[in-house]
Amino acid sequence: MRAPVVFWLLLATTIAHAQPLATTRVRVPGATFETILPPAPAVKTATVAAFELDRTPVTNAQFAAFVAANTRWRRDRVARVFADPVYLRQWSSDTTPAPGTGKQPVTQVSWFAAKAYCESRGERLPTWHEWEWVAAASTTARDARKDPAWRQAVLDWYARPAGTTLPDVGGGEPNVYGVRDVHGLVWEWVLDLGSMMVSADNREQGDPDLAKFCGSGALSLEQKDNFAMLMRIATLSSMKAAYTSKTMGFRCAASLE
Amino acid sequence: MKFFAALVLLGGVLPGMAAAKESDPPDSIYQLEARLTDQAGHAQGLDLYRGSPVLITMFYGSCQATCPLIIDTLRSTERGLSPEQRAKLRVLLISFDPERDTPEALRAIAATRHIDTTRWTLATTDAETVRAIAALLDLQYRRLPSGEFNHSTVIALLSPRGEIQARSTQLGRADPELLKHLH
Repeated sequence: MRAPVVFWLLLATTIAHAQPLATTRVRVPGATFETILPPAPAVKTATVAAFELDRTPVTNAQFAAFVAANTRWRRDRVARVFADPVYLRQWSSDTTPAPGTGKQPVTQVSWFAAKAYCESRGERLPTWHEWEWVAAASTTARDARKDPAWRQAVLDWYARPAGTTLPDVGGGEPNVYGVRDVHGLVWEWVLDLGSMMVSADNREQGDPDLAKFCGSGALSLEQKDNFAMLMRIATLSSMKAAYTSKTMGFRCAASLE
Repeated sequence: MKFFAALVLLGGVLPGMAAAKESDPPDSIYQLEARLTDQAGHAQGLDLYRGSPVLITMFYGSCQATCPLIIDTLRSTERGLSPEQRAKLRVLLISFDPERDTPEALRAIAATRHIDTTRWTLATTDAETVRAIAALLDLQYRRLPSGEFNHSTVIALLSPRGEIQARSTQLGRADPELLKHLH
């Protein structure tokens, strides 16, 4: 998995308008941490193995190149079962993003489309726990979740009304790993979208969905004061895999062999 | 992952290689390029029962609790049909558990549960395809650290061209909603 990074760096130095920032990944060391989404009832920590993650969300320009090479993902050709009717509707045409939006994060892409994009690069979407762990980092600490100032800064973004245009990717400060825009730009798809089996009303005691699940039932969320992460979970668990949204983008990850 | 990347690229360049047919309706789940292996060890597509109505669901073989009920529920649904309707119906059970549900394990389940494999198929696939099929069926699951799976139950009725006509989350008895579409 090292070779592609070198390849892209070489490519970036030889091709004008290349975006080395958007085409490189960083290595995130493995960790065991307290998670908001328990892997099983009464298990409060999650473990992620070391992995690589894109520095920035995937851009419109990058997604346009993917669509050009994989025409079944064009908005006029995509199977409805994989993407809803507003998939990529904000683009100027079936193959072209709106002028000036090439470096903005691509949104209005379904989970199926995001997954196919990462697979076309030999990669995958990050899992929720991988994403959650990277999202816990500040510019200086791997786990800044108990730092009130950092927490407030994250919450301030969630409280800000969404503008009509998204900023370009890479505008946010890099966190301790060099990953940008985890907070402050878009929501992001995760690989295990179908694992967000939290009950419809998590405030209820007991389990209203027990009959719905085979096994141990719906999971109960931890860290109920971590509003920013609760909103992420709520947003993801409300999305079906073919849905798209103006604020849902993605980035890719890769396992380390 | 490289292998899947190659598949995706091939799918883009040579659409004819996909299991999906040009004639598939936009909502057909048969457009997913899925590589299944059945209990006999044969490679199959998700559309192995194309042309017939199909009850499709997901399960895992080592489940001791609620999950054996899935097979009972499918049987109850079949009992609600006429012999002619039953003869036309096909049943596809796809495992969440690529590690343990090998074709041998599936064959053992089929034998223990007296499953008629001329009309029913137990199938296994890779973890990525499990994710995609679960997403198409809107079925939630997660692998627990113990190796067990925690999952919602969905039995979907597919049209002969792979469109989801009805979806049931009921266990233990035939869902009238499914029967209504099968009658």
